[in-house]
Amino acid sequence: MTRKSGSSFGRRGFMLGTAAIASAAALGVPFESVRAATVLDQAAPDLASYTPGFFTDAEFRLLCAITDRLIPGDGDGEKIGPGALEANVPVFLDMQIGGDYGQDWYLKGPFPKRPSPLMGYQMPYLPSEVYQRGLKLFADAAQAAHGKAFEDLSADEQDAFLSDVQSDKVDFLAMGEDYLSGSNFFGQLWSDTKNGYLSDPMYGGNKGMGAWIMIGYPGARASFREWVTQHNVPYPLGPVSVQGMRA
Amino acid sequence: MAIVNDEVDAVVVGLGWSGSIMAMELARAGLKVRAIERGPDQTSEDFAYPKPADQYGYDKLYKVFAKPASAAVTVRHDTGGTALPTRQWGSFCPGNGVGGAGLHWTAVMLRPTPTDLKLKTYADEVYAPGQLQEDMQVQDFPVTWDEMEKHFDFFEKVCGQSGTTGNLRGDIQPGGDPFEGPRSNPYPLPALEDTLNCSMFRETTTKMGYHPFSNPSANVSQAWTNPYGQNIAPCNYCGFCSKYPCLNYSKASPQTTILDALKLHKNFDYKTNAEVTRVELHDDGKTAKGITYVDETGQEVFQPAKMVFLCSFQFQNVRLMLLSGIGTPYDPMTGEGVVGRNYAFLSNGGVSMFFKDKEFNPFATAGATGVMFNDVSPRAGFEDGVKHGFLGGAKIHSSQSNGNPIGTPLPEGTPGWGMGWKKGMRDWYGHHMKISITTTCMSYRGNYVDLDPTYSDHLGNPMARITFDWKENELKLQQYLKDICLKIKDQLGPDSYHASFLKMDSQYDLRPYVSTHNVGGAVMGDDPKTSALNKYLQSWDCHNVFVPGGNAFPQNFQANPTDMIGALTYHAAAKIVSDYVKSPGPLVQA
Repeated sequence: MTRKSGSSFGRRGFMLGTAAIASAAALGVPFESVRAATVLDQAAPDLASYTPGFFTDAEFRLLCAITDRLIPGDGDGEKIGPGALEANVPVFLDMQIGGDYGQDWYLKGPFPKRPSPLMGYQMPYLPSEVYQRGLKLFADAAQAAHGKAFEDLSADEQDAFLSDVQSDKVDFLAMGEDYLSGSNFFGQLWSDTKNGYLSDPMYGGNKGMGAWIMIGYPGARASFREWVTQHNVPYPLGPVSVQGMRA
Repeated sequence: MAIVNDEVDAVVVGLGWSGSIMAMELARAGLKVRAIERGPDQTSEDFAYPKPADQYGYDKLYKVFAKPASAAVTVRHDTGGTALPTRQWGSFCPGNGVGGAGLHWTAVMLRPTPTDLKLKTYADEVYAPGQLQEDMQVQDFPVTWDEMEKHFDFFEKVCGQSGTTGNLRGDIQPGGDPFEGPRSNPYPLPALEDTLNCSMFRETTTKMGYHPFSNPSANVSQAWTNPYGQNIAPCNYCGFCSKYPCLNYSKASPQTTILDALKLHKNFDYKTNAEVTRVELHDDGKTAKGITYVDETGQEVFQPAKMVFLCSFQFQNVRLMLLSGIGTPYDPMTGEGVVGRNYAFLSNGGVSMFFKDKEFNPFATAGATGVMFNDVSPRAGFEDGVKHGFLGGAKIHSSQSNGNPIGTPLPEGTPGWGMGWKKGMRDWYGHHMKISITTTCMSYRGNYVDLDPTYSDHLGNPMARITFDWKENELKLQQYLKDICLKIKDQLGPDSYHASFLKMDSQYDLRPYVSTHNVGGAVMGDDPKTSALNKYLQSWDCHNVFVPGGNAFPQNFQANPTDMIGALTYHAAAKIVSDYVKSPGPLVQA
């Protein structure tokens, strides 16, 4: 199931980012004079030029199109916060799904084909296989329903198709798949998308801690003895990350 | 053939709370003690700031939990069903490595009540014959409040328990729980600070006639030096507690309270990454001669020992007894046999409430931060259980255990994804509080643990199989608690809310996390026909095998289990040191 070494690209991206910060310091640029958010942006890879380490280019394009609808950017409307693409969620997915994620699950058989959903995860697949199978079924079903690729549909058509996958109206199990239903795939992808949007930037998503800034979460500050008794007062400081970035 | 180690007086299987306590007390008595731990070694230094301040790593990737690949169990709803493995963790997730669940617990630490210890006696006195479900198998704990009190008191000092005293030697104290059993000493430390949700809940429920008090906590409110000389730092309300190791030496854990002192004893040592697969019995089956484990190189090792202490998690303790042939396996059809009998869990539920104009700062919190009341729990004078036809109760609380953003609840009607979800996150994160229930759970003929006939672990040994479902008694209790919580919600007046409780036809759902308070399966009692262990946690069948842990509870009370598990372990350790070591044999005559 593994194709390329999963996290090498992501890791390289981060090393480049770290080098950018280090060089700013080496050039004698006072750290405070560099806008924190700029430094953060430099530390994370640019999605447009990111080469996936695990997903194929076609899979990655589709993932970008799907996550762009799951958490859309603001566009010309009200300024709310980053979309999944601005937050580098696809980079997070590439690093996680191609990495160790799921390697500690229990995946010995037998695997019943229609278990009660109450019993939780009962598929014989690692996350990598969930994505490979799911993305193929998803792409094929979109093509069959619309005569063109999901990426080429309008936003409204994309949303409607995603809803149909989520509710199993698009029936993966009728397409020759034994275990992975549309709702299973949607559930896994949406859960991982939220994780990538809201987790520490060291995992590849939440670029610039934009999602944390949007909601008012201070990240890894982890010391609030003076604040716990300040009731009903908004917390004034922006987030920090595990690796010490500030915004 | 297996490697054979040097013999020890006591081998302790698992180095979580009960293993650490037992090893410490036996080592202090001069015995040669060796602990065998399945997972890795881990010390407080391994979890220095900022490492644990990482929700994805600890809460989603389960960094300090047992791995399902090697530690799954199977679960089914009834004896006719096929059990399926917990391929990922869901409704419960056991700990791993040195410290066990004591490393990642939330550290809400409170005692059961005197009534909880004698629940069968209470039920027989208060309920008419036939009023309760006929398949209910509740039993008394075979210990009295007076026997246990000094052990609660000591364990609470080990942990620096922080809270407000409610009953000091029979005198009811303001601000505490008036329904708690009499304490010989006040709480070692004052309660944690209230967050906004705490003060709102405290004020409202007081007006409604309840008796709220601060969640008793083993996140310590002030600096504390425990009886072993260990220093615990004041909690800094970091917001990373339940499912996280402590980054501030502030949460009582085996690491912060016992292990550094234990390691100073030259007569104690421990092995990690060593998985015990069975207890080896002498030919007559009446005593153990040691344990076998598989070390990190895959080699089998025999560890001879005069005494064996099974101190791993509840279902692993039961499984080791079954794999080793200690005691008669329980048969739900005949009701005979005891190992596996009376498995119980707990249920939760509550009301999520959203307030546009309130800032809860949910990230500024200790794990145990919260306010609870115990008015609706089994005790003399509580009549609603009889009226509604259920046995049990709950602590009703508003806790703020963390405010980390993955999993943020949003008001009903918020789109599940897309722009609406994003707006919902922006608008409602930090404007949310909960009213929650943590319930009792009775034991029943059909809820039990045995060995799975199909699924095996990474070493090829059968998994533990849990057969469990909600029973009418617990579902009625949920409906009763729902009404109370909704009334509190009405008083608090949120902008919106959603309620989540079990319905009368709900089945046990393995997916959402409830709590890792799995109990029973090798219960303590006075009668070897209905219990696997006597009051000193000693196997009725093999007198040099002791099994401390939640497995000993005959049913589940609404209080969190750790205080009781620790106290029972101290109670057993004291008897072993005073009597058993000098004269090995059954400590209670059957």
